[in-house]
Amino acid sequence: MVELTLPKNSQIRQGKTWPKPEGATNLREYRIYRWSPDDGENPSIDTYFVDMDDCGPMVLDALLWIKNNIDPTLTLRRSCREGICGSCAMNIDGSNTLACTKGCDDISGAIKIYPLPHMQVVKDLVPDLTNFYAQHRSIEPWLKTVSPEPAKEWLQSHDDRAKLDGLYECILCACCSTSCPSYWWNGDRYLGPATLLQAYRWLIDSRDEATGERLDNLEDPFRLYRCHTIMNCAQTCPKGLNPAKAIAEIKKMMVERRV
Amino acid sequence: MSKSPATQARPLSPHLTIYKPLITMTMSIIHRITGGALYFGTLLVAFWLIAAATSEQYFDFVSWVFGSWIGRLILFGYTWALMQHLMGGIRHLIWDTGVGLEKRTASKIAWATVIASVALTVLIWVAGYMARGM
Repeated sequence: MVELTLPKNSQIRQGKTWPKPEGATNLREYRIYRWSPDDGENPSIDTYFVDMDDCGPMVLDALLWIKNNIDPTLTLRRSCREGICGSCAMNIDGSNTLACTKGCDDISGAIKIYPLPHMQVVKDLVPDLTNFYAQHRSIEPWLKTVSPEPAKEWLQSHDDRAKLDGLYECILCACCSTSCPSYWWNGDRYLGPATLLQAYRWLIDSRDEATGERLDNLEDPFRLYRCHTIMNCAQTCPKGLNPAKAIAEIKKMMVERRV
Repeated sequence: MSKSPATQARPLSPHLTIYKPLITMTMSIIHRITGGALYFGTLLVAFWLIAAATSEQYFDFVSWVFGSWIGRLILFGYTWALMQHLMGGIRHLIWDTGVGLEKRTASKIAWATVIASVALTVLIWVAGYMARGM
């Protein structure tokens, strides 16, 4: 359902402005979404100042600098710090990306940071991804075969392997799905770009033998066809992948199997 | 004592209000809005046709309404909505074949629909006024 405004408990109030670090000359302002399950308050935007001469170049560096030097309660997920784990996905400067690969210098003015959009917030910048993972599970993201198993491995030609390029690199960070207005309004029934890109990754795999069954599972007004080619997914993907194109290919497969 | 995290309702993170608008996103919603506006425009056409089939007096009245400055403004808007929706529709036809979906190409196509729809609207009105000779 389209709901343009936030529910009452989600409306953002004015937060705290933390003192500037002393003696710093190269300050940068960060406005960060805060919410704690412990105090019964609404979410707020806190303002922090980071000494960029003492801090690494990425937004993740600045967040950890704040956590280490100003406010240890600031909560976020992070792990690899090199854009391969997908943990630090968040909304930075109005679009979804990974804090670890987004340079602070690429942003002008105060740096605004929110959790991934239209998600339940666990705390601060940590969204609840339970539904997102369950949707990924629902497309059965593994090789399905009926032929007798080969003695060694399932072989694939170089050309067939190349079809997985631009698909296998997905790290399931959820940037694309949570950038999609269709997913915002119908995330309970529409699978969203990340899951559909994964679905296509198995549909196009020459070794997989469940193509028809997989397509049957997607043939649904909501699961697949809520994609209206808004293109936010492709515009925001921090890995440069194109879920919109993968979805268009699935839609084409749906038509082609009928003719 | 505060409620335990498990029982307290979690807030919904902000979405539309904090997401930086992109041209493809904007043209997508405009495609829907113009689609809705076309229903209204079709009523105007129906109104005009019904008037033509009713009487000369009624037809003159409707022509007067449509010819007033506000009538012309609405018709101009209707022309643009029709052209924008047509261009948007062509864009979707192209995308449905699986081409033009690379992010830069998609943005260019989105801009092209705006430019084309405005140009066509102006062209139609210029041609219309020239045909009427005024």
